[in-house]
Amino acid sequence: MSKLKVLLAAGALTAVGATGASAGTLDDIRAKGFVQCGVSTGVPGFAFTDDAGNWQGFDPAVCQGVAAAIFGDSSKVKYTPTTGKTRFTALASGEIDMLARNTTWTFSRDVDLGFTFVGVNYYDGQGFMIPKALGVTSAKELDGASVCIQTGTTTELNLADFFRTNNISYEPVPIETNEEARTNYLAGRCDVYTTDASGLAATRAAFDDPAAHIVLPEIISKEPLGPLVRQGDEQWSDIVRWTLNAMINAEEYGVTSANVDQMATGSNNPEVKRLLGTEADLGGMLGLEKNWAHNVIKQVGNYGEVYDRYIGASTPIGLERGINALYTDGGLIYAPPMR
Amino acid sequence: MAETTQTYEPGTHPDLPPPLATTGALGWIKKNLFGSPSSIALTVISVYLLYLILPNALNWALFDAVFNAGSRAECRELGSGACWGLANVRFSQFIYGFYPEHLRWRVNLTAVLFFLAILPILWDRTPYRQQWFIYSALFPIIGYFLLVGGLGLEPVETTKIGGFTLNVVIGVTGIVASLPLGILLALGRRSQMPIVRTLCVMFIEFIRGVPLITLLFVASTMLNYFLPPGTTFDLILRVLIMVTIFSAAYIAEVVRGGLQAIPKGQYEAADAMGLRYWQSMRLIVLPQALKISIPGIVNTFVGLFKDTTLVVIIGLVDVLGVGRAALSDAKWQGLAWEVYVFIAILFFICCFSMARYSLYLENKLHTGHKR
Repeated sequence: MSKLKVLLAAGALTAVGATGASAGTLDDIRAKGFVQCGVSTGVPGFAFTDDAGNWQGFDPAVCQGVAAAIFGDSSKVKYTPTTGKTRFTALASGEIDMLARNTTWTFSRDVDLGFTFVGVNYYDGQGFMIPKALGVTSAKELDGASVCIQTGTTTELNLADFFRTNNISYEPVPIETNEEARTNYLAGRCDVYTTDASGLAATRAAFDDPAAHIVLPEIISKEPLGPLVRQGDEQWSDIVRWTLNAMINAEEYGVTSANVDQMATGSNNPEVKRLLGTEADLGGMLGLEKNWAHNVIKQVGNYGEVYDRYIGASTPIGLERGINALYTDGGLIYAPPMR
Repeated sequence: MAETTQTYEPGTHPDLPPPLATTGALGWIKKNLFGSPSSIALTVISVYLLYLILPNALNWALFDAVFNAGSRAECRELGSGACWGLANVRFSQFIYGFYPEHLRWRVNLTAVLFFLAILPILWDRTPYRQQWFIYSALFPIIGYFLLVGGLGLEPVETTKIGGFTLNVVIGVTGIVASLPLGILLALGRRSQMPIVRTLCVMFIEFIRGVPLITLLFVASTMLNYFLPPGTTFDLILRVLIMVTIFSAAYIAEVVRGGLQAIPKGQYEAADAMGLRYWQSMRLIVLPQALKISIPGIVNTFVGLFKDTTLVVIIGLVDVLGVGRAALSDAKWQGLAWEVYVFIAILFFICCFSMARYSLYLENKLHTGHKR
């Protein structure tokens, strides 16, 4: 494991050296005409292909937003599906420009692996799902349980920590994908399925009998999920960061894909004017068009719209906003001002 | 006595039909299914197992199944069995991946041309076989331009090639390219020339000693570090090269087994005829060695074809990747059985055909040595 880490770090260093030598990422992207975006191979609501074969979901929407900001066309994205194991090498080696793949922002990934997390688009935390028939009401009663756990993720480490601090034992059942976990869990090969609470809710929602399973109240970790880019190109990380921030601010100011044209001309709110480029030239500072954020909101939508479209309470995934509400509604979603 | 007994002169008795219980369906059943106590026991157990499994399996897969539905919820309303609606709605995605819809005829045309190209290779009574071989030799170029574009055809990025098409492209290229390479490696390994031999041994042992996944990871990520920055080198091409050298190493060992089975006298006879090395190999040794190696070679090819699904790990969207992504669509979530059964059927058809062809070839080539 430590060898792999050294290898990854060495790779990341080489890649940074390589990109440092060439032109900026933005110029590269403009030249090739699309954003190469790493997504997951499939997490319900967060990344999936629709019946026509297009990538959709909460994470691809960030990439579509970045494409809209750069090209004014949200369809200029190419997707590279990555697994938990290939995602960081793909980003470090320059195969992809950005990674939007429900990836947890941690110290070592940010510092040691040489990536820049540009923000958080979903605050998650690790939970446990068990069949109701087990009669367990707290995770601390899970002594000796067999646990389905995705390998190569932070959830694996959190699980070990949690059981060690509570001095109880467990038997891990390693699995690779969410679908595999679902099948194993339903077949009774593990008593407990643990992953991010959003994933648990989404998986549970698609059970034939969701009421027979409960998610335990303990949330044992902080899992801030967000898009990330390679370290060393500040202009590029700023573009991804402020695309996300623009979507969040748009929700706060009430700008939606439906009313953005009207707001651009009709609004008297200076914040909105700066956001949409009718006043000041924030886009120029980023190296983008004046109406970059206008395009993002028009074509992809604001943060709340994207949330509701893919994972919100009205979708089969059915996730309430909870701590992912705007700070004005008591949540944690908060973006610095556009000024 | 009312009945008269007829007597025959020795040797004049007409042939009687065999006893009823030894012919026809009944005889077959008695001989093959109830021939001995152990086979009676096995038959009873097998029938019981089939009785346990088959009705449920058929109900699930056919009688209670839903073939036309737009989502899993709709399926569940219509029937309790398998929900083939997913395979139905996304059939073209499973087959073509993300290949642009208006250009899919090119994939179909490539498939048809491919079958025409391998016909003279597989079937030795093809009319105008010699001339036809020229077309077969040209097919890789034709196929490349049809799939990828160029020469006036609209270009398609190779990342758009996906689904089962990708598995077939990787599998077929690997198979076609690795056989000659493998034969050369096998000959090299048995060569008298020390440098050639050492190089071949090192190549074979190194490639065989490394898992295919590792080679694929090298292809997908490590090569980016080794190559000078800014060089792009198509991912699928890299995978094709890795798969080819991987299977060539295995083929080499299979062929070497065949070469070793040829008696020394054959080599010596070839030398005595005054044949040069390549002549003796081409005319005497290889035809016999390859014939012996057919089961092993086809075995390697079947394995290689199934191994093409490993590319999903380096982010290529093959048929398994399409299935994974489809299962994450909230509309279809939870239909893992249907997806994997569907993919299994696709692979079974291809692999079983290869196995049957190898049997046909063995029977055709067998010259009476076989027991």
